[in-house]
Amino acid sequence: MSANVIVALAGNPNSGKTTAFNEYTGSRQHVGNYPGITVEKKEGIARVDGREVRVVDLPGTYSLTAYTQEEVVARRVLVEDRPDVVIDVLNAGALERNLYLAVQLMELGIPVALGLNMIDEARKQGLRIDAARLSQLLGLPVVETVARTGEGLKDLMSAAIAHGDARRGTPWKPLEISYGPDLDPVIARMVERIEAARFLTDKYPARWVALKYLESDEDMRTLGRAAGPLSAELEAMAAEVARHLDATLNSYPEAVIADYRYGYISGVLRQGVLIRHDELSQRLAASDRMDRVLTNRVLGPVIMLAILYGIYEVTFAIGEYPMGWVEAFFGWLNETASAALPDGLLKSLVVSGIIDGVGGVMGFVPLIMLMFMMIAFLEDSGYMARVAYMLDRVFRMFGLHGCSVMPYIVSGGIAGGCAVPGVMAARTLRSPRERLATILTAPFMTCGAKLPVFILFVGVFFAEQQAQAMFALTLLGWGMALIVARLLRSTVIKGESTPFVMELPPYRLPTLRGILIHTWERTWQYIKKAGTVILAISILLWAAMTFPQLPEDKTAAFEEQRAAITAQKEAVEATARQEAGSDASGEAVAEAPAGAADAPAGEPAGEEAADEEENPFDAQLAAIDAAEAAAGLEYSIAGRVGVALESVTKVAGFDWRTNIALVGGFAAKEVIVSTLGTAYSLGEVDAEDAAPLAEQIKADPHWTPAAAAALMVFVLLYAPCFVTVVAIKQESGSWGWAIFSTVFSTILAFGLAVAVYQIGTSMLSGG
Amino acid sequence: MGKTIPLRQLAVGQRARIAKVDAHGELGRRIRDMGLIPGAEVEVVGRAPLRDPVALRLKGFTLSLRNNEADFIAVETDAQPRPQE
Repeated sequence: MSANVIVALAGNPNSGKTTAFNEYTGSRQHVGNYPGITVEKKEGIARVDGREVRVVDLPGTYSLTAYTQEEVVARRVLVEDRPDVVIDVLNAGALERNLYLAVQLMELGIPVALGLNMIDEARKQGLRIDAARLSQLLGLPVVETVARTGEGLKDLMSAAIAHGDARRGTPWKPLEISYGPDLDPVIARMVERIEAARFLTDKYPARWVALKYLESDEDMRTLGRAAGPLSAELEAMAAEVARHLDATLNSYPEAVIADYRYGYISGVLRQGVLIRHDELSQRLAASDRMDRVLTNRVLGPVIMLAILYGIYEVTFAIGEYPMGWVEAFFGWLNETASAALPDGLLKSLVVSGIIDGVGGVMGFVPLIMLMFMMIAFLEDSGYMARVAYMLDRVFRMFGLHGCSVMPYIVSGGIAGGCAVPGVMAARTLRSPRERLATILTAPFMTCGAKLPVFILFVGVFFAEQQAQAMFALTLLGWGMALIVARLLRSTVIKGESTPFVMELPPYRLPTLRGILIHTWERTWQYIKKAGTVILAISILLWAAMTFPQLPEDKTAAFEEQRAAITAQKEAVEATARQEAGSDASGEAVAEAPAGAADAPAGEPAGEEAADEEENPFDAQLAAIDAAEAAAGLEYSIAGRVGVALESVTKVAGFDWRTNIALVGGFAAKEVIVSTLGTAYSLGEVDAEDAAPLAEQIKADPHWTPAAAAALMVFVLLYAPCFVTVVAIKQESGSWGWAIFSTVFSTILAFGLAVAVYQIGTSMLSGG
Repeated sequence: MGKTIPLRQLAVGQRARIAKVDAHGELGRRIRDMGLIPGAEVEVVGRAPLRDPVALRLKGFTLSLRNNEADFIAVETDAQPRPQE
């Protein structure tokens, strides 16, 4: 029987833990989310000496306290899933700090094996580490590794599993460190009480519980309060010793505990484990030289802007091609389905609801892949941390974080982006409040789908100042995003800014494998969403714009008109055919030579020529179709909502047609222009080429510059498209925030649109 | 000899030893988790273009923190600032 072994990977951020995980599990990974929070759950299967090993990648943490979601998750997995052994991947170059987590793991008592990772770089830094001595002093396996090349990883895994096997079936053996004359007696008393009451001891060692009470660990105290009355007693003991420390040492238990932990570590290292030759330090020196340029006062921001702009350009310039292929594929699918299915509801559902809906979403896939590839490169190379470092001062004023810049730019901070990858890019933010504020405000940027609306209305009403108007809209997007972020951070997402204390890892060349795995994970998650949630919403929106259908008497009326015209057309065509027969069909040959060549003479050639010539009857038929589509749209739920809203929205200058288009725009902002076209009964309108619609709007007295400006402001700021809403749900971990974003943005946008319309109208009539 | 000043006042290139960390709660814990504890040797290696945050070198790694966070840390200097390269 091959025992199923569970190995957890722990380690500091930037320690190479993820690289090790990728090396161990390759493509046999599974990425999910822990319920209710946004921390990723990564698991994979590795084969070691013929055994199947389940590898759980814990989130990167510096400690095992409970301040960050990552730490809470790491602790929960260790205690609940009880892996057979934990591999702690250490950055050998910063051994002292990395052992801080290792010591806490050992205090928990779970079997631990240490990987001295990046040992090659540590040597270049002038460090000599005696792994055998460290292993002997701590009583656990210690293996030197270089995760990037895979060196030592196999040995580390085998040693870890052997260590886990040896300890299997025996209770955890917590490491006991002395915490000095003030804390040790209290800890002893607490342990005694905890053991006597068997308080939480089914999962946690008694000493660990005592330490967490002394550290005022909220997570543990909450567990404790539910477990029994001893909790209150322990809290009182902790409070008493805290008062004592404050009075005598002007310190507090948490600080004392940390000092003794570090003291224990330096005690171990001083016993011949670590020898430092500072004069040999090359790696950090090289990284420092790069920083002297890349974070230079003047050059730094210039280079950063160039890099951010470059990423944006590359994503959307290169992304255009594969995006075109995906769109072409769905276009082909659309045509095939249209041809294969009989006219009717099923066809409409499959073509307009499912294929167009999912196709529109899948079109983003190439963008998302490219975006994440480059973000992964920036993160893994260490540059992203510098971006945060340089921009933090500016973004902090708005309650954000230096890392907020990336999501903003991708979302359309440079006009033409897309909020879907933008919202997903907010993952680089480790601070939950700042991340949420970024996610909720990034959709205010001028994404590519809003552009056709702006181009249309700017072209009609502000033709002289097109560039300025577009630029003003982009600035408005930034301004609103920052102001609203500030507003949210002082109201609904209130709270101190998360400490910036952040490592600036040395610059490294990322591994291709790491970047590819990273990119694929994100993309696959997105594709899965497209197949489920987004498909469902597509169908709902399709239904809203389709049902109820026109009553029969109405469709019958359109049918009658059509029949009348078709009859006229046939009559005229019959005459034409007779004439063509005697006239050797000269006209048909000139109009459609290919058709004429295939068919010797007569009907087929005549038909094609008539089609291309836009004969008056076909134009009339198309007009009837368009009028029916418009009537159908008005009659549907979406249409009725649009009409019903008119009494409210006329304050902002929107008529019912605009309302329908805006309702449709919730599906995707691209739809606004085409829906407006349908509502003006123009038939199919291409978002890129809306010339006839522009003329209609120009001619419509309802549209004034004030109304146009109000509409543009509204489109810029109102509810994000549903793909973004789904992304917000995914990234914030709750539908609540996704709904909040939708409602709040719409109210804000409407308020501003009303202001613009009312002020604009009074100025126009006044001036 | 040893003069105790707030970390914020260190010049780029200057080294010092941490004397006291006054931060409580989340900030205090983060600072300690990163090894900024009394006795640790630090060197200011740079400041962001807007003079905030500041980049510090500790044993074997670099970390950054904001000026208002650095205010909770008192350091002891015993050397003249190194000439900046």
